[in-house]
Amino acid sequence: MLSDWQYIGIFVALSPIFPLAPVVLNRLLGPHRPNPVKQQTYECGIETVGDTWIQFKVQYYIYALVFVIFDIEAVFLFPIAVAYGQLDLFAIGAAVLFIFLLADGLIYAWSRGVLEWV
Amino acid sequence: MNNILDLLWSLLSLSFGDYLRRTFGSGPGMELFIDILSVVALSTFCLLIVIFLIWLERKLIARMQDRIGPNRVGGRYGLLQTVADVLKLLSKEVINPAGVDWVPFNLAPLLTVIAALLVWAVIPFAPGVIGVDLNIGVFYIMAISSLSVVVLLLAGWGSNNKYALLGAFRAVAQMVSYEVPMLLALLVPVILARTMSTKGIIDAQAIPFLLYAPLSALIFYISALAETGRTPFDLLEAESEIVAGFHIEYSGMKFGMFFLAEFLGYLFMSALFVTLYLGGYRFFGLENWVSAGGYPFGRLFGLIFFFTKTFILYFVFVWVRGTLPRIRVDQLLDYNWKFLVPLSLVLIFLVAIVDKLIPEGTGQFMRMAIHLAVNLGLGFATLEALRRYGQRNKTTANSGAASPPSAGHGDHAPAGHGPAGHVPSGHGEPVQTDHGDMPLGGREPITVPIH
Repeated sequence: MLSDWQYIGIFVALSPIFPLAPVVLNRLLGPHRPNPVKQQTYECGIETVGDTWIQFKVQYYIYALVFVIFDIEAVFLFPIAVAYGQLDLFAIGAAVLFIFLLADGLIYAWSRGVLEWV
Repeated sequence: MNNILDLLWSLLSLSFGDYLRRTFGSGPGMELFIDILSVVALSTFCLLIVIFLIWLERKLIARMQDRIGPNRVGGRYGLLQTVADVLKLLSKEVINPAGVDWVPFNLAPLLTVIAALLVWAVIPFAPGVIGVDLNIGVFYIMAISSLSVVVLLLAGWGSNNKYALLGAFRAVAQMVSYEVPMLLALLVPVILARTMSTKGIIDAQAIPFLLYAPLSALIFYISALAETGRTPFDLLEAESEIVAGFHIEYSGMKFGMFFLAEFLGYLFMSALFVTLYLGGYRFFGLENWVSAGGYPFGRLFGLIFFFTKTFILYFVFVWVRGTLPRIRVDQLLDYNWKFLVPLSLVLIFLVAIVDKLIPEGTGQFMRMAIHLAVNLGLGFATLEALRRYGQRNKTTANSGAASPPSAGHGDHAPAGHGPAGHVPSGHGEPVQTDHGDMPLGGREPITVPIH
């Protein structure tokens, strides 16, 4: 068990090397002559106006909120799926009820018009 | 001499680790060394295969669009085109635009490659040729691949560019949404195999799970397209709208890292599909063949078979890109939340009930047939429901939007094929569109041009 995660640990420790090496190599091989015009923010050739970090569409936030429900659900459903062979029909019924409760959340969000892109 | 032959055969039969243990003795230190070696080999393989993948995609998409594609560098097939591109990227200047948030801006290209590499740890290439067979393999894959959402936000937010921020928001909404049907579709193979270990799932597939649950495979495939941002779901980097999306301000090898992670993601999704639904490396038992000297040469067959299937799926990825146009953002989200998610919820519900109702000791063909029947039944029921829905939409649109459908697809249907065809003809039929006082379900009244 633990030796399984040793591999993942080594992988996590070593993996930054692979993207870092080309980027550092690029920095060494490529030219480096910055000037103010070159460093301007790209916007189709015109100068950018105002700040980038502004208010954005609240819809994105709502979709993220609906996602959180389902993401948590998945965390609970995967153990059920693994233990599936040992569960009796009653336990599966309980799991299905759980899925229904979540579907209910989706239906609620749907009926409230949360899922309309305006 | 014997030793060299031993080494050679071990390398050829993909059992170099066994050779090391045999020759230098086993122990915790040895295991550590083998693990490090395996990590380096796996990562290097992943980085190198991308060079080939990019060439392959360019060549295939060119053929589909009636072009020739790369044909100058490296012979008439342009085999070295990508190598030349990599060298070009290496010699380009790394520009840090003014006003970038330095830490997220530079962390994003690193993290995206790290996430793309780490998921390969649990993919079984052949019997015994697997990074590590985690007992929560599928869960690990989902956990690591959600890291890419964080990467997108880092890149978009750190770039100090409006296109980048827009692209990042779109991408996060898309990835987060399509992760739900993907997770639910992945539950089906897990239920059928009763394990989350990728190797365990392959072992359970005496008959590939594609035949058990074609609908789950389809849902997984569609979400995989969206998760990797492929056409028709490529609006996170829609060139015609937001130039390049979240990686617009990146140049040189930092841009290259995003590109690399993207292509590695396509191959990974193909490999995952093969593992979960097509039986992975299984090749009629031939993959377990051990030769006279104790060298497991069958692994070679397994490896070849695995990659054949993976590349066929990769070809389908490219094929889809060459066929379908891009969809709009509201269509993208509607398609997911109002179609794929409910469908996968119903599917997981049916599979969970049906597999429990099948009595223990039923033959695997019988079990497969029952599951297949359930899947196909649900698939045809869905198609029928969609057909009816589409027809109802058409009639309501033609009869002047008397009872607008509540769901979202109706919102844009009347704009194009609405009553416009009826009104100017002046037949005197009651057209109830543009009076402004009609209950149109909160929508804008449709203005009909009268010539």
